[in-house]
Amino acid sequence: MLYYIVKRLFWAIPTIIGVSILVFAMIHLAPGDPALVMLGEHASKESVEKLRKEMGLDKPLYVQYIIFAKKALKGDFGKSIKSRQDVIKEFWDRFPATVELTVVSMFFAVIIGIAAGIIASVKRYSVFDYTSMVGSLAGVSMPVFWLGLLLIYFFAVRLEWLPVSGRLSYEFYIDKITGFYLIDSLIAKDYEAFWDALKHLILPGFALGTIPMAIIARMTRSSMLDVLKEEYIKTAKAKGCSPLRVIMIHAFRNASIPVVTIIGLMFGTLLAGAILTETTFSWPGIGKWLVNAVYQRDFPVVQCATLIIAVIFIVINLLVDIVYALINPKVRLD
Amino acid sequence: MKKFLLVVTVLALLITSAFAEPRYGGTLVFGRGGDSVTMDPAHATDGETFYATTQIYDNLVQFKYGTTEIEPALAESWEVSKDGLEYVFHLRKGVKFHKTKFFKEDVEFTADDVIFSLKRQLDPNHPYHKVGGAYEYWQAMDMSNIVKDIVKVDKYTVKFILNKPEAPFIANLAMDFASILCKKYADKLLKEGRPEDIGRFPVGTGPFVFVKWIKDDRIIFKANKDYWAGRPYIDKLILKVIPNNSVRAAELKTGQIHIMDFPNPEEVAELEKDPNIKLVKQEGLNVGYLAMNTEKKPFDNPLVRKAIYLAINKKDIVDAVYAGFGVPAKNPIPPTMWSYNDDIKDYEYNPEEAKKLLAKAGYPNGFETDIWAMPVPRPYMPNGRKVAEAIQADLAKVGIKAKIVSYDWGTYLQKTKYGEHSMALLGWTGDNGDPDNFLYVLLSSKAAVKPAQNIAFYRSKEFDSLIEKAKVITDKEERTKLYRKAQEVFHKDVPWVPIAHSIVVEPMRKNVMGFKLDPVGKRRFHKVWLDK
Repeated sequence: MLYYIVKRLFWAIPTIIGVSILVFAMIHLAPGDPALVMLGEHASKESVEKLRKEMGLDKPLYVQYIIFAKKALKGDFGKSIKSRQDVIKEFWDRFPATVELTVVSMFFAVIIGIAAGIIASVKRYSVFDYTSMVGSLAGVSMPVFWLGLLLIYFFAVRLEWLPVSGRLSYEFYIDKITGFYLIDSLIAKDYEAFWDALKHLILPGFALGTIPMAIIARMTRSSMLDVLKEEYIKTAKAKGCSPLRVIMIHAFRNASIPVVTIIGLMFGTLLAGAILTETTFSWPGIGKWLVNAVYQRDFPVVQCATLIIAVIFIVINLLVDIVYALINPKVRLD
Repeated sequence: MKKFLLVVTVLALLITSAFAEPRYGGTLVFGRGGDSVTMDPAHATDGETFYATTQIYDNLVQFKYGTTEIEPALAESWEVSKDGLEYVFHLRKGVKFHKTKFFKEDVEFTADDVIFSLKRQLDPNHPYHKVGGAYEYWQAMDMSNIVKDIVKVDKYTVKFILNKPEAPFIANLAMDFASILCKKYADKLLKEGRPEDIGRFPVGTGPFVFVKWIKDDRIIFKANKDYWAGRPYIDKLILKVIPNNSVRAAELKTGQIHIMDFPNPEEVAELEKDPNIKLVKQEGLNVGYLAMNTEKKPFDNPLVRKAIYLAINKKDIVDAVYAGFGVPAKNPIPPTMWSYNDDIKDYEYNPEEAKKLLAKAGYPNGFETDIWAMPVPRPYMPNGRKVAEAIQADLAKVGIKAKIVSYDWGTYLQKTKYGEHSMALLGWTGDNGDPDNFLYVLLSSKAAVKPAQNIAFYRSKEFDSLIEKAKVITDKEERTKLYRKAQEVFHKDVPWVPIAHSIVVEPMRKNVMGFKLDPVGKRRFHKVWLDK
């Protein structure tokens, strides 16, 4: 087992290096002079030249990469070209918002997805089964920004049940402790702000959660259907277990293994989806920050954000593989 | 009699509502598309950043609310020497810098603050010169070549010594880059080894005091109760970031924000129907144009240029592409700018006449050429590609076959600066409300030196002499005459086909009172109040 973990870790390193080269190359091989783009039509020749020097654009590419990689290892991604602040500081300013949104949408996805999957499998070929499967197909296919706008239109503008966008209404303010509004408002015992923050999480959390929700629902359903055919389920039923006990304890426990794997992998999808969701719902997270940086060609920010997202992705994958190997010995013996 | 009474009552109601007494209090939330980049206006180039810094800082002079006129601000008065090389400013006394959580000292504004704020941009050896990167606007406005030195005469008097007479200089001082920061506060940050914090925690003298900045979410300000021009009506101002235009409109409809910036053109009609929403409109201080490269054949021939002008159906283009958010242009400067020459009669769309002119110029069967289309939407041209396609179709009718060319934005700017194009679409947004900032920057022979801003490479002795003269005299009436004349010369020579000036539309809740759009693109809330 230890050998397997070390082997996996060993493979993660070249992947991260590869990703860093890719990130670096993508930015530097894009057409157009970034200095000129940043300064726009009012720029003088001197200021463009000065900026190129400042950004190190006058050095050969491989030199630029080595400088970038050395610093990145120390957690130094330089200063944002636009704001002149430390990129890493700017990253931590926004990261909690994204994590909070991701966790909430994961919560939606897991609870609703698993429940729908179980019910659909138990009541196979029922109206519910068809509806939830068609619904999950729609959930996977609908772009999140479009779904987001629809949700805003119905629940915020027409029905006025929930806020339109943002993290908090303007009347409230939560002092930063952890950066997670739900936790910080509880620490401060400001229950009104907690309630407000929670309401702001529902629409974006749901919108971001739809794709994983749909995948989890389908996965749970098919995995449950496999398990429900097994002999031991019949035995359990024959023993006189309550139907609920049969489904939850005997069937779902075994059916959950592939679902757990999927949930782990979904975190990466969520981070990617967060970019669009954050823009639609004015959510001040790293997704929004990255999109802006791409528009403004703020290299240090783009490099930092993409690299950190990629590393998180790789680490989660690694953890899922290890957990999976623990559950299922077949994997590590291959 | 009854009728008469009714009319009187209606009139009375109208008058009272029009002149309702402004109310103090309340929080105003302004919804915008992007976040500020920094709180240090000297380094910024983007409008979103200036939206915030405008609230916090004052300048020596400022634009009169809603106009391009200059009025006193931190300087109560000023004199200009006869040769136009010395400007002496007499500062307002008793103005206090904000007290905030991060700077609690009681500091009076003096000449030292003026010198600090502008000298750090001028003098490479200034301790603050290297803090926060390049001084883009200072460079763009050529201030290093205009200003020789800034000297303290006494505590309340500052003298600017110039290298050359430069009439627009005074307007430059009203721009955001010339905001006045607090020297004592800057010194304190420098001593504590964190000078770049001046871009995060600002201290100014302006109508609003900075409270908090939650990145990509909101910036919170409170009213400066001791503001020298009277305290603002609202207690609190919040600039909220809502990137998606449709979502911003939804926030306005639900009343979560009071004013929204940059609505989608197609949503404006719907917003207008909402009984709780009104629109404030103003022509933007910009121009979108088609520049013809006069260094290349056949565009060196004024007959050909005029033929192209006549062949393009400007009105249709503006209707189709600007969707009601633009007015056709006839001059290189926008109508909101002083000295705009409205007596000039635009050349009417006339393809038949265009063909005749082409034949006269020796191109009876037209010719082949290219049109460069901007790849990005800008305020002065929401869709360069569409404009280029419309022009292409119009020119085809008179026998000119034009190929549409486009590059990414950086390359586009680079190549047009070096004149690789035959015809190119571009535009300009005014910086300081001075005609010089359009006519000199975009059409003078000096600006035709590569890398050029004058991408028509238009060189006219007559035009140059007018705008050179207007640049060095400070008498506004005299300058107006010269600029009006310059516009006539431009009209005669046709280096561009001016396409449009965009219209800025600001939807807001009905209870927002006293809001005006600023032609220079600022958003100011000092005089704004909320009706019940």
